[in-house]
Amino acid sequence: MSKQRPNYLAGLGSLAWLIIVGAPLYVLVSASVQSRADYGASGPLSLPRHFTLRNYLDDFSTGFGRYFLNTVIVTVCVVAIVLVVVPPLSYTIVRSRGRVTTAVFRLFLLGLAIPAQAVIVPMFYVISKAGLYDNLIGVILPTAAFSLPMCALVLTGVMRDITPDLYEAMAIDGASSWRVFHQLVLPLSRGGLSTIAVFSALQAWNGFLFPLVLTQSDSTKVITLGLYNFRTQYGINVPGLLAAVVLSMVPVLLVYLFARRTLVQGLMGVGGK
Amino acid sequence: MTTTVSKAAVVAERRPAKRGTGGVGRPGFAWALPATAFFVLFAVIPLVLVAVLSFTSWNGLGSPRFAGLDNWTKLFDDPVMLNSLWLSVLVTVLGVLVQTPLSILLGVWAAGRQRNRAILSAIYFVPLLLSATAVSVLWRTLLDPNFGVPSQAKWLFGDGNLLGMQSGAIGVLVFVGAWQFTPFHTLIYQGAARAIPQVLYQAAQIDGAGTVRQFFHITLPQLRNTMITSMILMVVGGLTTFDTVLILTQGGPGTDTTISAYYMYQKAFKSFDFGAGSAIALLLVVVATVISLVVVRVSGYDKMRSSVEGL
Repeated sequence: MSKQRPNYLAGLGSLAWLIIVGAPLYVLVSASVQSRADYGASGPLSLPRHFTLRNYLDDFSTGFGRYFLNTVIVTVCVVAIVLVVVPPLSYTIVRSRGRVTTAVFRLFLLGLAIPAQAVIVPMFYVISKAGLYDNLIGVILPTAAFSLPMCALVLTGVMRDITPDLYEAMAIDGASSWRVFHQLVLPLSRGGLSTIAVFSALQAWNGFLFPLVLTQSDSTKVITLGLYNFRTQYGINVPGLLAAVVLSMVPVLLVYLFARRTLVQGLMGVGGK
Repeated sequence: MTTTVSKAAVVAERRPAKRGTGGVGRPGFAWALPATAFFVLFAVIPLVLVAVLSFTSWNGLGSPRFAGLDNWTKLFDDPVMLNSLWLSVLVTVLGVLVQTPLSILLGVWAAGRQRNRAILSAIYFVPLLLSATAVSVLWRTLLDPNFGVPSQAKWLFGDGNLLGMQSGAIGVLVFVGAWQFTPFHTLIYQGAARAIPQVLYQAAQIDGAGTVRQFFHITLPQLRNTMITSMILMVVGGLTTFDTVLILTQGGPGTDTTISAYYMYQKAFKSFDFGAGSAIALLLVVVATVISLVVVRVSGYDKMRSSVEGL
């Protein structure tokens, strides 16, 4: 590879695919800053003529502020749950040698393959019986549960890399499990912790099926549901709809800007093993 | 290793603890309990429940009633159901066929050292961050026959109502799936391609093998395990495509794109036939598992052959 000529053909191909990916994103943003009349007259492929933020303001006044807030609540709670329960789990999987722990790890590995659709009917049953239907808690709990397998897998991989010497050094000091966890394991797996935080946040933010089936009223609606309803209700207000799509992306893109490395490495790891 | 032994010896001497020092930093099962209990409650038990519910009749109110094999016999007599299974498989297979070559080529290319790679991959990554809802809404808008791209590019789209005919609607579903998920698969191929030992390419170069032969004789065989992982993810993802169908086609025209996951949703949450919905959900899990196992079997992945060919 060291002295290879640049591969122009492949470069051209990837440029073509880049356009396929980029062009719709361009239309998305440019349409969202046009007035309805302008968009209607000139169509999606043209340049915006009069820049306006009107669509964004309108979206906020028609309920998207509320949906936004609900999504933030769901996301923050899901991340909090994941960050509380996954580190001790991964710590146990890495350090404990019992048969039970092995079985638990297998369970989570199998869990990776359970699609949310498979359990949505019983989930509706359980959540209704628990009196959590149409309540954000009823969305938070299953969403968090379904991000556990992936997070456990990622964090366990990170914790495996802590060398045994360090544990032995702690042992000399007579440290308890809690101290080892608190002073050694957690600080050394900071990278993994931010990876699982970003992952679970992304899943919670973009979640659709659980909110769709487990909530009903406007006060518990999240952004993805808002988008879905917006589309069916006002199918003709395209700029307003696309502005709402952009709004739903902004926090995700901000996270991406700050945590790009973490995210990309975490995803790359999926195929490596 | 010697230092380990001596340290352990020192420890053993200094602190003849009750449980032995081997127990330090080896937490008991209690530490794993919260996560496990949570997971069992919200994923494992529902998975068991879906099997139970598939033998009951329940309309969402009151309690489920045992109904024996009723749901199952009805399902296999239901032409829409059988068609939906076929459509699920079709959309999934087409998705794998489109995304695999594309993401291998792009991934291998991106694993090299191009100067513009960083910029490319930054934009390239964006569809992956978007919710399936946002992606579907965006494409639905772009493809709108009256207000979207087809109205501006008649030479390409003809009358422009792609979603109004079966082949067009299926094509759109496959395309939008590829648009959203090819970046992800590209990324895992990129990671795997970087891990291929450079020695192999150097040896091939000495033997006079060109770029194309290197690709087919080194790169592809080395990526085999990644291909399995990637394809299984595509299969499970494809069979459970739901948001995209709900927003882009609503299963239509007619039932032309009513794939199983969508039919399950319709049965359960539109017709309030939760028993039938459960049966479809269970069937879907079984089909996905079987296909994944077949992929693993056929590829020889389960025999754990060395992934480093020729070493």
